Amino acid sequence: MSITDPLQIARRTFLRRTGTGLGSIALANLLHPDLRGASAAPNQPGIVGFPNRPPRVKRVIFLYMSGGPSHLETFDYKPKLAELNDQPMPESYTQGQPIAQLQGAQLKCLGPQTKFQRYGQSGQEISDFLPWTAKLADDIAIVRSMTTDQINHDPAHTLMNTGTSISGRPSIGSWVTYGLGSESQDLPGFVVLTSQGGRNPQPISSRQWHSGFLPSRYQGMEFYASGDPVHYVRNPRGITSERQRRLVDTVHALNRVRDEVVDNPEIATRIASYEMAFRMQTSVPGLMDLSDEPQHVLDMYGTQGGDGSFASNCLLARRLAEKGVRFIQLYHRGWDHHGDLVRYMDTCCGLTDKPTWALLTDLKQRGMLDDTLIIWGGEFGRTPMFQGKGSTAGRDHHIKGFSMWLAGGGIRGGTTYGATDELGYNAVQDVAHVRDLHATLLHQLGIDHDRLTYKFQGLDFRLTGVEEARVLKALLN
Amino acid sequence: MRVSSSKRRNSFARGGVAFALVAAFAAAISGAGSTATAAEPSETQRLEFSRDVRPILSDHCFACHGPDPEERAADLRLDVPESLFAEIGGVQWIVPGKPEQSELWARIDHADEDMRMPPADSGKSLEAAERALIRRWIEEGAEWQEHWAFTTPTRPALPAIPDGYRVSGPIDRFVAARLDQQGLPQSSEADPRTLVRRYSETLVGLPPSEREVAKFSAAYVENPDRACAELVDRLLASPRYGERMAIYWFDLVRFADTVGYHGDQEHVIDPYRDYVIQAFNNNLPFDRFTAEQLAGDLLPEATLEQKIASGYNRILQTSHEGGVQQKEYLAKYSADRVRNFGSVWLGMTVACAECHDHKYDPLPQRDFYRLAAFFADIDDLQSFDGRDRSPTRREPEIEVPSPAGPRRTMVTEAIAARPIRVLHRGDWMDELGEIVEPGVPMMFAPLETEGRATRLDLARWVTRPDHPLTARVFVNRLWKLCFGRGLATSLEDFGSQGQPPTHPELLDWLACEFVDSGWDTKHVLRLMVLSATFRQSSLESAELRERDPHNQWLARQGRPRLDAELIRDNALAISGLLTLELDGVSARPYQPEGYYSQLNFPKRSYVVDEDANQYRRGVYVHWQRSFLHPMLKAFDAPSREECTAERAVSNTPQAALVLLNDPTFLEASRQYAERIVREGGTETDPRLRWAWRTALSREADERELELLRKLYEQDRAEFQLDPRAAFELLQTGMAPAAEELAAVELAAWTSVARAIFNLNEFVTRN
Repeated sequence: MSITDPLQIARRTFLRRTGTGLGSIALANLLHPDLRGASAAPNQPGIVGFPNRPPRVKRVIFLYMSGGPSHLETFDYKPKLAELNDQPMPESYTQGQPIAQLQGAQLKCLGPQTKFQRYGQSGQEISDFLPWTAKLADDIAIVRSMTTDQINHDPAHTLMNTGTSISGRPSIGSWVTYGLGSESQDLPGFVVLTSQGGRNPQPISSRQWHSGFLPSRYQGMEFYASGDPVHYVRNPRGITSERQRRLVDTVHALNRVRDEVVDNPEIATRIASYEMAFRMQTSVPGLMDLSDEPQHVLDMYGTQGGDGSFASNCLLARRLAEKGVRFIQLYHRGWDHHGDLVRYMDTCCGLTDKPTWALLTDLKQRGMLDDTLIIWGGEFGRTPMFQGKGSTAGRDHHIKGFSMWLAGGGIRGGTTYGATDELGYNAVQDVAHVRDLHATLLHQLGIDHDRLTYKFQGLDFRLTGVEEARVLKALLN
Repeated sequence: MRVSSSKRRNSFARGGVAFALVAAFAAAISGAGSTATAAEPSETQRLEFSRDVRPILSDHCFACHGPDPEERAADLRLDVPESLFAEIGGVQWIVPGKPEQSELWARIDHADEDMRMPPADSGKSLEAAERALIRRWIEEGAEWQEHWAFTTPTRPALPAIPDGYRVSGPIDRFVAARLDQQGLPQSSEADPRTLVRRYSETLVGLPPSEREVAKFSAAYVENPDRACAELVDRLLASPRYGERMAIYWFDLVRFADTVGYHGDQEHVIDPYRDYVIQAFNNNLPFDRFTAEQLAGDLLPEATLEQKIASGYNRILQTSHEGGVQQKEYLAKYSADRVRNFGSVWLGMTVACAECHDHKYDPLPQRDFYRLAAFFADIDDLQSFDGRDRSPTRREPEIEVPSPAGPRRTMVTEAIAARPIRVLHRGDWMDELGEIVEPGVPMMFAPLETEGRATRLDLARWVTRPDHPLTARVFVNRLWKLCFGRGLATSLEDFGSQGQPPTHPELLDWLACEFVDSGWDTKHVLRLMVLSATFRQSSLESAELRERDPHNQWLARQGRPRLDAELIRDNALAISGLLTLELDGVSARPYQPEGYYSQLNFPKRSYVVDEDANQYRRGVYVHWQRSFLHPMLKAFDAPSREECTAERAVSNTPQAALVLLNDPTFLEASRQYAERIVREGGTETDPRLRWAWRTALSREADERELELLRKLYEQDRAEFQLDPRAAFELLQTGMAPAAEELAAVELAAWTSVARAIFNLNEFVTRN
C-alpha cells in the first residue's frame, strides 16, 4: 500500500514556503488547514483561478535557437542591404547604439548571404536555408519586429526566459507550471532538452530554466541524451527494481510509524515524493527509449533516436507532449555566427530545419498541433554589419530588430507581422518586445499576464515585469 | 542581566521629509504590548498602525500613493503623516476618531466602483476585513507610528513572568508573556536525546556521536541546565561551528567558486572561505567582520587576513564574455554590490531603486547611486582581461601562503574612484544623469566625513550602535537558524512590505544585547539556544496546529529540514567517511558525468576528487553558479547569484532520487554497513538497534525493528541467490570494500543503511 497524492506535494510545498514566511498569500485558500489530507487528484494542480480566460492551447514547445540566428538570412529579406554590400554602414543607424564585438571596428554593410522566395498561399518570404520550414509557410506567423534589451548572450537569454536580465527570477516554464500545474502523473511539468551543432556553442546556464523565487518543484528538469536522462534516475548497480520497490516501501512504512508520534504533515509529502520518484525511474527511461517508434516516424524526423540531436529532441518533445508535459523547451546551441556565417547556417539549419517541420507535421497528424503553441527563435538577431571572424563573413549580436515565429493553436498561420527598416537594423513597424511575446504566450494558455503574480520580498512579481506588455493580437485567430 | 544602552543615541533618523513628524507622533504611540497579529488582531486590543494598518496600506496603496513621485496619483502620499492627516483643498484624508468624515474611508468604502479605491485596473482590492481594520484604526484615534525597523531599537523592559511557564532568561520572558496573552501553554522540554541532537545539528551541523549522546544524557540527569550549558560551550568552541555558520553567510554574500555569467569560469577565492570560517570560529565581532569584508584594504596597516576578507567585494557575478561592453558591466557590478549590501546589512530590497524611486520605502533612486559611489573605487577594469580560461585571472589578486603551497585569491585594492551618475531608468548608456558622491540613504542622518566618504566609512556607519537595521537584521537571522523561522519572517525585507515581527520587543532586546555585547555572535546564539523556548519539544498537538499553524507564538520548537550541505555531512559523518579538515581548496564530490557539457570558454570536465577531499564537508564543495551540484540543488541550495537570506524548503522527487541513488549516499550506506557489522555486535537485532541508535540518536521501537528486520532478511536472501548483485552494490564509490566481510551480508546491511538515510527523520531537525 502506498499513498500517492501529488496534490499534497503541491500544497505542502506551498505550506512549507509560506510557513517559513517567504511565499504568500495569493494562495490563501490553499493554506487552509482543512485542505490537509485532501483526497488524491489526477494531476498536479495549478493555482485556483487559472486559466482565467478560455485557453487556446494546453502546452508550449519553445524551439530555442541559442546563440542568436540571423534574421537577415532566415525571415527578413533586405534587398537594400544587398545593394549596400561592403559599403560603410550609415552612421545614422549605429550612432550611440550598443555594440558587442564590433566595438571600435569600422562598420560596413553585409548583404543577405542567401536567396529568399515566397512560399505557400500566404506567400511568406523565407530563405533558402530553410526549405522544410518553407513548407510550413501557411502554418507559421512570422514576427519580424522583435526587440530585446540585452546584447550579450547570458543576460539576453535571461531576459528571454525570465523577462529581466537580473538573476533569480522564474523562467517562463516555471511561471506556466506554477499557474496551470501539470497534467502528467509521472513526469515533471517543465522539461528541457538540449542539442548542439554549429559555431562555438554558447554556454547555456541552468538559470535559464530555474524557478527563481517560485517553489523549486516548478524548476525545469533537464533530460540528458547521454548517461542518465535525469540525475540519479537509474537504480544503483546491484539494485533491481523489485529491491528498490522494497526499500521504498520500507521507508514509507517507517515514515508512517514515525508520523504516529510526531504527526508531521511533511511526512505525507515525502511519501508522495518518493512514489513519484519511483515512478519516474520507470517512466523516464521508457520515454527516452524511441525503439517503439515506427521507422517512418524516425525517418520523418531524421533520427534513429537517443543521440542527443535536435531531431531526436523534437521527437521526444512530441512524446512529452503526449504525456501531458506542460512546457517543453528545446535548446539548440550553435547559432552564434560571428564568422563563416554561410557555413554555419548550413550546419544549424541542416540540423534543425527538417526536424522542426517533422514536429509540426507529426503534431498536426495526431490532432495535437491545435492545442500546442510552438515558438521558434533565439535570444537576439544579428547585425546588418559585416563581422570578420573566421575565414568568411559573419554578423555580430543585434537587439534592435530580429525575427521569431509562432505556430499552433489559435495562431493565424501565414501572417507576417511587423517590419524592420530597409537595412534590417531597427524594428520600425509593430515593434514587439520580448515581454509582448511573453504576454502572448500566456494569453494563449488562458492567462492574463498581469494577473499571474507571485509575492516575493514584499513585491508582486510577474513574468512581464513592470513595463507595459501587450498581447500580439494580430497573430491570433 | 541588563546592559546599559546609553551608548545608543537615537540620532539616526533624519529630520527630512518622511521623518519630520516622528517625534510629534511618537508621543502619541501607545506603548502597550498587543497580542494581535497582522492577520487577526484581537477584538479587544488596540490596533497599532505599524503592525495592523501600514502593511495593508503599503500593499494596496503605496504603489500609487507612496514614496515614488513619478507614479504618485492625486498628489497623495499615504506613507507619511503630514500628507495623511493634512487638509488639502478642503479634503481631509483622515480625521482621527471619525471615519465618516475621513476621505480615505469614503474612498475605500465607496459604493460606486469607479470611485472606489484601489481602482479595479490596479488589480488590487481591499477585503472587507481589511477595510474594517482601517475603519477601526480611525475610530480608535488613528495614531500614526514610524515604521518599526527605521527607528533605533531601545532595550525594552522585561515582561513579568506569567504563572506556569518555564523561564531561563530574558528571551523566555518575552515569549512566555505572549503565550500567556494568547492562552497557549508552553510545550514540555524535549528529551535529552532529542536535545543533544538538536544542539549539535543547530550549532555545528553534524549529528552527535554515541559517546556525546551518552555523556550528555548522564549529565542531564544530574543537572539539565548545566548539561546544556556545557554542551553548548563545547559545540561553540568546535571548529565545526564556523563551518556551519559559514554556509549561511555564504548564501548572504553569494560566495561561489565561479564567475556566474556566460562561460562561468572559476575565479580564485578559496582563502576567503577559510577567512569566514575562522572569523566565526574566533567569534570576530560582527562590526569588525563587516569592516574587514567591505573595506579590509582600507584599514590602517591591513593584515593579510583583512586583505583576504576584502575579497567580499569581488565575489559578485562577473562576465568574461568576448564583446561585453565594459561600461554596461561596470553598471551591472555596481548595482549588484548595492543590492547585496542592502540585503546583507540593511535587510532591505533596494533593487527597485536602480531604475526608479522605491514604491514602498523612502528610498529615492538617487540614494541607490549614492550607495554605489562607495564602491566606485573598486578596480573592476583589470577584471575584464581574464577570459576564455578557467580559472580566469581577475586581478587584483594576491598570493596567500598555505601548507600546500601559495594560493591566489581576489582582493580589493582601491583605485581613484570613477564618477557615478544617476542612470535614468537604470540605463547604463545614459550620460546625462547627475554625478553623485557617496552617501547613506536620505532617510538617515547624513554621514559626516572629512573628504569623500569611503567603504570604511560605510562599514562603520552600518555598525554604529544606534543603527536601526543592522543588529535587528542579523539577530533575526540567527533566530531563524535556531528556530526555523525569523521573529520577523521576511528575513530579507525589513521595509514596509516585509512582515512586522511577531515579538517586536524581543527582537529589539536581542538587537540591543548584540550591540552592547560588542557584536558578539556566540553570546547571542548562546542566549537563544539555552532558552527554555529553544529546549521545548517540537511535537505539534492538533489543537496547537489549529491555533497557531505557523508556530509564530513559539509554543513549541520548529522542525526545519536540514540544509543540503548538512544532509550530506550527516551521511558522511555517520558512515565514518567524513574528513574533518579545515581550510584549503574546494572539494569535488561525485557528480553525474557530462553535467558541465554545456559550459564553454573553455570546455570543462569535472574531475572528481579521488583523495580525502572527496569526503570533506558540504561547505567546501565546489560551487559552480550556473550548474550547481545536483545534490545541493535538489535540496534547495541557492546558486548564489544574488543574496539568499532564506532558502526555499522543497520536498520533491528529485531530492528523493538523490538520497536513493546518488553514489555519495550509496557509498556512505555501504560504509555504514561495515560499521554496523563491526561495531554493532554479532546478532541481527543488536546490530539493527545499534544502526538505528547511531544514525538517529534514539532507540528503535519494536515496529521499526520489525520493518528493518524484514528488509534485511529479504534482501539477504535475495543477495544470496544473486551474489553478483551484492558484489556490484559494494563497488559504488572509491572507498575500498572490506574484503574480510561477506559481500552478501554487507549488501543486506547496505539496504538497512539506505533505508535509514532515506527517512524523513534523517533530514529533519526535531
